[in-house]
Parts: sequence; structure tokens; C-alpha cells
Amino acid sequence: MPAGLFMKKQELIPHLFRTEYRKIVSVLCRRFGFAYIETAEDIASDTFATAAQIWPMKGVPENPVGWLYNVAKNKAKNHLHRKGIFDEKVAPSVKIESEEFNEPDIDLSPQNINDSQLQMMFAICHPSISVESQVGLSLRVLCGFGIDEIAEAFLTNKETINKRLFRAKERLREESIQIEIPAAAELEKRLDAVLTTIYLLFSEGCYSISGNQAIRKELCLEAMRLCYMLIENKSTDKPKVNALLALMCFHTSRFDARLNDDGSIILYDEQDSSLWNAELISRGGYFLNRGSIGGVLSKYHLEAAIASWSIQQADTKEKWENILQLYNHLLQIEYSPVAALNRTFAMAKANGKLEAIKEADKLNMTNNRFYFALLGELYSGIDNNKSAENFGKAILLAKNPAERQAMQKKLARLEV
Amino acid sequence: MDEFILIFRHEDGSKIASPEQMQTWMKQTMDWIGGIAAQNKFVGGNGLPLDTSRVVHHNNVVTNGPFGEIKETIGGYVIVKAGSIDEAVEFAKGCPVLQGDGNTVEVRKIARGDGAH
Repeated sequence: MPAGLFMKKQELIPHLFRTEYRKIVSVLCRRFGFAYIETAEDIASDTFATAAQIWPMKGVPENPVGWLYNVAKNKAKNHLHRKGIFDEKVAPSVKIESEEFNEPDIDLSPQNINDSQLQMMFAICHPSISVESQVGLSLRVLCGFGIDEIAEAFLTNKETINKRLFRAKERLREESIQIEIPAAAELEKRLDAVLTTIYLLFSEGCYSISGNQAIRKELCLEAMRLCYMLIENKSTDKPKVNALLALMCFHTSRFDARLNDDGSIILYDEQDSSLWNAELISRGGYFLNRGSIGGVLSKYHLEAAIASWSIQQADTKEKWENILQLYNHLLQIEYSPVAALNRTFAMAKANGKLEAIKEADKLNMTNNRFYFALLGELYSGIDNNKSAENFGKAILLAKNPAERQAMQKKLARLEV
Repeated sequence: MDEFILIFRHEDGSKIASPEQMQTWMKQTMDWIGGIAAQNKFVGGNGLPLDTSRVVHHNNVVTNGPFGEIKETIGGYVIVKAGSIDEAVEFAKGCPVLQGDGNTVEVRKIARGDGAH
């Protein structure tokens, strides 16, 4: 057997696990009810275990996905009959529908898979559990991540993640969460929670200190996939959803240029812009346009617009003036220290360093390494001693070697 | 931390300034507000266009504008968070409206509604 073919088979199950596990879980969970999410997960895992046993012996079936669905379906039907969640818990309330339960229907059509996943997204991103738990559960149930991968992304161990997910599921069960798209009146608010989780998932990929590049990239792509699912559905295809996807496209367009092979950060002005992904940039533009209707201006619109200006590498006055005003606006909608610092940097570019230094003094963020890095930047060429002093503080506060290295580079460039 | 309203009183800028000057004021105002927001002290604010305004008097007599004899009309407001009236005054000092001679920014504490103002 040629080596290439063998490799391919080795990778097939992990690949299918990533793409199909979540679909099977969503469909079964929607069918059984959220209370039985563990059962749904068990059946899905079991399905892959069966594949791993049978395929090496009998060969990979012609249509592996269809095979998985069939096996999952049979396992689910057996479960419904044998274990009888039906008899114990469901039967009293659904006696009239007992016909249906005699031949339980597990619908794994593309339409139902999509609907189920979308509804699961809303069930998991529920305000009754912490945002951290929402991200964790999303990774497991919506993205098909392994527990060890989630642990690595959060820089913690498997037990912690298992406990966190277990508690989150308990809580959702207690709340009797329904697997459904919220009613129109509630949709807007619940959609915000879903978008927050998607954005966090994405940021985790962009900025997590986990060294595992492959996992980080995967996190970003999964966040984009979930967001795209919302766009594909008519009731959730809102301007802010498009804006969020645009924002993520712009950011990922620079993913390959942002880090050295050894994982150290490459500063913006040293990035090789030929590594920026032109297709993602144009997709970003497409979704930002698509989201710019109806006069809605969310923080995602502002952040996407900032990101789209940021990819213009030429340092024009127009660019920085626009970025400054976008940050001015963004901070009024939602304050964050990062936005405040970035705004001050944009101000230095648009209005001059002296004005920016005055503004930076008012921020007074002691113990924030990025604040001192900004001050170091602002004072360079104005008062290099002060600049060095601030870069020094930033180095002391740096959280990892990559950050420390970046600051040391800046410090070395100063002529004190 | 209390909330304070900064009330701008000024002449109708559009009558005395060029479009370029107006553009500059606009940028200065946006930068000023952005600076307050960057300190996480911005609560809200708005402009009050002079061209659509009425004054309702005693006996429901309605007149145009709040203009009459008063040269300085309210053109807008910003609400900030501040630890003291002095801090709120420091914010007000940066308001571009004050570049015009005779213009003012009035700083007033907003009642908390808990009877403790």
C-alpha cells in the first residue's frame, strides 16, 4: 500500500471527528432535549469508536459520512428503545405521540443538521452560565474539540475543563434550556451573547499565549464558521453578525505575518505584507458592506472598520484620522483599556506625539505593560530617556518571552 | 463616583464660521469626547440643533427658538462620570466650545434619585 494513502486514512477519522461529531451531537441533543446532552455526546463518541474498530478491518466505506450517520442513527434508536429514557421520563408526558416513539426518527438531513447546530449555539451561549463556560462548551459541542485541546487553549488541565463543562451542563439543565432559536422579541439580546462568545473564541485564537499554533488557528477558523452559520440563517443574518465576520476576516488575513516561526511576535511595521491573505481581506470587505445596511452601527462595525484601515500599510494622514475617530466612537459605545491605548496611539499619528502624551498621562494605567510600551513609543524622539524608562517598565511587566523580546527590540533601537 | 452634565452655551456656529472651521470644531469635539471616553468617564451626550426648536410659554404660547434676547443658547451637552465637581470642571475646560469668546460650559451634578443629592 502506498504510504500516502495510508497517511490519508490515518487522518480521516480525526478529520471526520472534527467536522461530524458536533453535527451528530446537535441533532441528537435537539431530538432528546438538552437534559440528555451527555447521552448525545456518548452516542456520537461511540459512533466514532465503532468506525475506528471496523474501518481498519473492512476498509473505509464509500461514503464515510453517510456511514457515520447511519451508525449514529441506529445507536440512537437502540438507545431510545433499550435504555428507555422514554419509559422513565418522557412517556408520561407524550403518551399521545407514542406512535412516533415506536419508530423513533433521527433526522440527519442537511437542513436539520444546520438547524440543530444553530439552535445548540443559542442553548449553549445562555446568560445563565459564565462566558468562560460558554466558550468551553462551544469548543466541545459546536466545534468538536477534544478536552485536551480545550485544556491547552485555556492553558489548564483536563480535569479543570471537565469539571467546568460538567457544571455548565448541570446549570443549563437546571434552567431547562430549550434547544431553539429564541423568539423575535428576545433574539436581539440572545444574539449578542452568541456573538460575544464567538468573538471570545476568536480572540482566544489570536491572542492566547498557548504556544500551539495549529490549535490557535483552528480556534479562529471555528469562530468564523459559527459566525457564518448565523449569516446563512435568515433570522440571524443581521448587520452586526456580518460586521463581526468581516472583523474576523481582516484579522485572520494577517495571521501568518504576525508570528515568527519560533512563535515570537512580529511588530506591525515589520510584517511582510505579502503574507497578508488577499482573499480574506476581500471577503472582509464583502461582509462589511453586507453588514452596512439599516443604519446599525455596532462595536463590531467600528472594530471591523478599524481593522480594514489597519491593513492599509501606507501611513497616510487620512488613515490615522479615520482610525482615531473610529476609536473615539468605539470607546463611547464600549470602553476597554486596549481601545483606550490604541486610540492614543492613533492620536499620536493623527495629531502629533505631544498631544498624545497629554492624553496618555490622563489614562494613568499603572501596572499595564501595554501602557508603558505606548508611553515608550510616544516619548521616542521627543525625550529618549523617558522613552527608555517606560520601555524598561514594560519589560519588567511583560507576561511572556515574546513580549519581553519585542520591547527589548524597541529599547535597543533608541539612541539614548 | 457621580454623574455631571456639561451644558454648552454658544452662538450658532454655522452663522459665524466657514465650513472648514466647522469641520475643525467637529474634529476637536470628537477628540475631546473620545478623550473622556478613553478614561472610561463618558456616559452620554448629544447636540441640540438650533434650527428645529420652540419655546412654550405660560398659557401655552409657543414661540420660535430659545433665541429672543439671549445670545447664548444651549447647543449640546455631555454627561460624564467624575469623583468631584472639580474633576468634572477639568473635563469641561477641554471643551472646544470655550474657544469662542463669551461661550460657556455649565457644570451641574445630576441628582442620583436616592434623595441623597
